[in-house]
Amino acid sequence: MKLNSLLYSFRQGLKNIHRNKFYSLASVATMIVCIFMFGVFSAVVVNVNHVVREAEKGVAVVAYFDEGITDEQIAKIGDTIRARDEVESATYVSPEEAWEEFAPIYFGTEDPELTEDLIQDFAADNPLANSASYEIYLKDVSKQDELVKALSEVEGIRRVDSNEVVADTLTNFNKLVGYLSIGIIVLLFAVAVFLISNTVAVGIAVRREEIGIMKLIGATDVFIRAPFVIEGMILGLVGSGIPLVLVLLLYKRLEAFIESQFGMLAGVISFVPAGRVFSYLVPVSLCIGVGIGFIGSMLTIRKHLKV
Amino acid sequence: MIHMDNVSKAYSTGNPAVNEINLHIEKGEFVFIIGSSGAGKTTLFKLILKELEPSSGTITVAGQELNSMKRKQIPKFRRNIGVVFQDFRLLKDRSIYENIAFAQRVVETSSRRIRREVPQALSAVGLAERYRAYPSELSGGEQQRVALARALVNKPQLIMADEPTGNLDAQNAWEIMKMLEEINEQGTTVLVVTHNREIVDAMKKRVITLEDGRIVSDEKEGGYEHEA
Ligand SMILES: Nc1ncnc2c1ncn2[C@@H]1O[C@H](COP(=O)(O)OP(=O)(O)O)[C@@H](O)[C@H]1O
Ligand SMILES: [Mg+2]
Repeated sequence: MKLNSLLYSFRQGLKNIHRNKFYSLASVATMIVCIFMFGVFSAVVVNVNHVVREAEKGVAVVAYFDEGITDEQIAKIGDTIRARDEVESATYVSPEEAWEEFAPIYFGTEDPELTEDLIQDFAADNPLANSASYEIYLKDVSKQDELVKALSEVEGIRRVDSNEVVADTLTNFNKLVGYLSIGIIVLLFAVAVFLISNTVAVGIAVRREEIGIMKLIGATDVFIRAPFVIEGMILGLVGSGIPLVLVLLLYKRLEAFIESQFGMLAGVISFVPAGRVFSYLVPVSLCIGVGIGFIGSMLTIRKHLKV
Repeated sequence: MIHMDNVSKAYSTGNPAVNEINLHIEKGEFVFIIGSSGAGKTTLFKLILKELEPSSGTITVAGQELNSMKRKQIPKFRRNIGVVFQDFRLLKDRSIYENIAFAQRVVETSSRRIRREVPQALSAVGLAERYRAYPSELSGGEQQRVALARALVNKPQLIMADEPTGNLDAQNAWEIMKMLEEINEQGTTVLVVTHNREIVDAMKKRVITLEDGRIVSDEKEGGYEHEA
């Protein structure tokens, strides 16, 4: 299609929208709700994922060694563990470190000096002499089962401890948020496609006579259809642009609010920066919006515009 | 220009609207098609434009065989033909200028050519000054002249008019017919369906009479006087 014709089709598409304000407004409004919800859900999911990922860093698998294992063997096991894809990091905890961590809990008294003495007395005869271990952190908690199974089969490992409840809860929560938002969004998008296709159908009905004349004069299918496809895409574009701006403003506001009200929690509740969220949310939403407009108008055109 | 061999067209209901028609119209001819209402004249037009498929028989228009023509080729084919209707079929929401430019836009003519050729087409039908008016501001005769300008602007080889004077008074009817004759004298083939007895008799052109879907007479310089 020539640029000239494209401009003409574009003007006709705008004219369709202008003539058919009520339907156009209804479909844009629905799109706005859809994309707004999509934006909010995405922002929530991204942030929940972010929090979960942070939480995951605290969930470790601990592998204990066989008795009388040599330092060399320990180092080799460490290499094996670190070579695995799902492993983020593995730290060696010596019996001395384990004792230092555990003793204050075990001997905890009112008097810190007395506690210190007790710990020193027992240090020489470390009750945890056999508790050397690797603390292993995963990139993704859902892979925990797999790792535990694999580690149990490694030569030199006596026992593997893991916290299954925490891992399962985090994984399930992630899934739930994901499925729920996908479900709601798919439903809303179906409504948006329906409304846009109806809007375009009204535009086609209004232009019946014009389309008839165009066909007789020798207009191509593409030329006859273009204004309606463009109409749908403009509705989709407007319907996704507006809510994106709204979500962005809301996000920034919330970020600033949390910052000012809970400044001391900055380390605990950390927002994913707006730039990172919107660098993908903007193109994805615009594509979805224009895509819905395109699909909605194509559905109607195929049905009502058999050229 | 138009060759129809044993062409029949039956709608899903009733007798064939066009029945075993053999018709040959050469380049540069001026032909009237007459016949009572329901004789099959409009059906014949639609077959020539490939708006309808014949039930049987072959049709060739402007050197193109219509039976085997692909859907995608139809728009290009129709650009050879200018059409005029009884009810003008102008677009009421745009000016006279835009109505004619429309015919060029839909076949993707350049803006430069549109700016040059729309005024030419309007001058040819004597409406150069009215380009800014809207169809509702024009008389029936003027509206039909605009429709004629729209049919002409893409310089088709063939003009087909289906009862172009049906809604016009005698004076305006004559003006339209004279314009069609002028167009024909410049080399365009013209096919006119009409009920206007006076004009047909006076113009001494080829006259084809249809009755119940059949050609019952085809006279070189015919007229209604040949009818029984
Ligand atoms: N779309 C249609 N469906 C069924 N019958 C039709 C249709 N169009 C025309 N006819 C019938 O075909 C016959 C010829 O109609 P038409 O070609 O319009 O005649 P004319 O233009 O000479 O008045 C008539 O009997 C008419 O009722
Ligand atoms: Mg008719």
